[in-house]
Amino acid sequence: MHPITTVDYLCLSAALLLIGTVGVLTRRNVVIILMSIELILNAVNINLIAFSRALENLGGQIFAIFVITDAVAEAAVGLGILIALFRNKETVQADEIDLLKW
Amino acid sequence: MPGNFATASDVIRFLPEIILAVMGTLLMILDPLLHRRSSNAFGHLSILALAGALGGAIYAYLNGGPAFGGMLMVDGFATFFGVLVIVAGILTILPSYRFLARQGAETSEYHALLLFSVAGQCLMVAANDLIMVFIGLEISSISSYILAGYLREDKRANEASLKYFLLGSFATAFFLYGVALIYGSTGTINLAGVNVVLSGPGAPSLVFVGVAAALMFVGLGFKVSAAPFQVWTPDVYQGAPTPISAFLSAGPKAAAFAVFLRIFTTAFAPIGHGWEPLVWASALLSMTIGNFAALQQSNIKRMLAYSSIAHAGYVLVALTARSEVGTAAAMFYLAAYAFMNIGAFAVVSHLSGKGERYQNIEDFSGLAQKQPLAAAMFSIFLLSLIGVPLTGGFFGKFYIFKAALESHLVWLTVLGLLNSAVAAYYYLRILVMMYMREPAEATEAVEPLSPGLRLALIVPAIGTLFLGIFPNWVLDFAGKSSVLLK
Repeated sequence: MHPITTVDYLCLSAALLLIGTVGVLTRRNVVIILMSIELILNAVNINLIAFSRALENLGGQIFAIFVITDAVAEAAVGLGILIALFRNKETVQADEIDLLKW
Repeated sequence: MPGNFATASDVIRFLPEIILAVMGTLLMILDPLLHRRSSNAFGHLSILALAGALGGAIYAYLNGGPAFGGMLMVDGFATFFGVLVIVAGILTILPSYRFLARQGAETSEYHALLLFSVAGQCLMVAANDLIMVFIGLEISSISSYILAGYLREDKRANEASLKYFLLGSFATAFFLYGVALIYGSTGTINLAGVNVVLSGPGAPSLVFVGVAAALMFVGLGFKVSAAPFQVWTPDVYQGAPTPISAFLSAGPKAAAFAVFLRIFTTAFAPIGHGWEPLVWASALLSMTIGNFAALQQSNIKRMLAYSSIAHAGYVLVALTARSEVGTAAAMFYLAAYAFMNIGAFAVVSHLSGKGERYQNIEDFSGLAQKQPLAAAMFSIFLLSLIGVPLTGGFFGKFYIFKAALESHLVWLTVLGLLNSAVAAYYYLRILVMMYMREPAEATEAVEPLSPGLRLALIVPAIGTLFLGIFPNWVLDFAGKSSVLLK
């Protein structure tokens, strides 16, 4: 069996970053874009914790707790904004939100 | 050491943030009590809070130094930007009285969010540690996302807010990924610590650190609306309530530049030759895209948004110089820019009318005949944005290009100067409209200047002229504070 090392975690995290970025750039549904952003934030968390373990330094884990908290705040605000928009425009498709020129 | 969780000096150095956060919370609690009496009470209270924070910032400076085990650094640099964002907050509230009354949207949330946003910016500018940078950035950004969509019945505001939020959190995520890589490769998140590791022997591989610096550059570049991460700026500035557009172009931008300067000139100073071309290209691109796109705009808020992209480009020129003179020039420029841009947006907010109907450049026709004071003040701001002598904008540009020349950035200086010449055209067009045309529908309907708006025009105008006539006073302080801890 191949032992799991820091490099494996970094690869997983890089893959999540890639998936998230592609999701943000190509998806039209705003909810899915939001989920993709969350995916990137989780990639960050995996990185931080893997490094924290490799360096035997607690700073990374504390940082990860802050990132999780921030992700929650961001999701709450994002969904709130989306609901306000949906009430007026009845759509969550990014390409139909085109009142202002992109 | 649990006993030393926060010493008295920590609390003193953290005073502005404490005052703002407490007052913001208090405003929301007092909402039901105050709402029936006077809708102006919220504005008065937030100005009081910001004035208190201003006092707190100065008191903190007099007792300056590191706080919370070096996570914050209250030095001249932090105080300069702290005072700048607090003043930007005050200048945003002044035109908001009349604006909110006209839209029938006076609530405590508006003011509370503004105070939280300023608190976040105060934290950002004093941050000496990547966790603090991140927390400050997010407090400031999340409040700004909501403020941009504050008029929630307005489709344009909804859209502006959503775009700002999506692209903003995407950029933050990138920034964080960069921070995680820095943590992994250097083992520290303290800016001075990163500098020590990068310049010492056995520095981590440049590829790894380079990727991290590039990711952080993407995140910060978004926050300061530098090209090629500027696409959100025109939409958000156009859709957001006008006083908030003014605020976004001054407060969060200045704070993000402060973080930019602090991270790139302290932590990443040892790899300066690596990031310099990146910032060079971004500066040139921002100036060019901003100015040439602004030429074609008919909506004044969009035009000012593109102009703000161009101005971000000028400040990036100062950053490219990688010198203390450059840092001081950027600080001076951001102060001058905050005054002139908030003033310009205050005039737009005054003229736009109920539901922000009048936002076109043609709507300014004949303003000088109807309201000479507003037109005169707007002229001062526009001339300063062009960079005419005797205004803050002139000395701002002068010092930036001087710093660039001292660092042998001849081409960037030449292209930057050509850009400022292009910019003169679209600012002068508004002057022509105001002074040489007959009054149109918008200017006929314009309401008399309220006391708050009068102040919101006169104070930035005095600030702009002061910086243009006595630049040394501010520049000396900026020069002294630009010597950042390495």
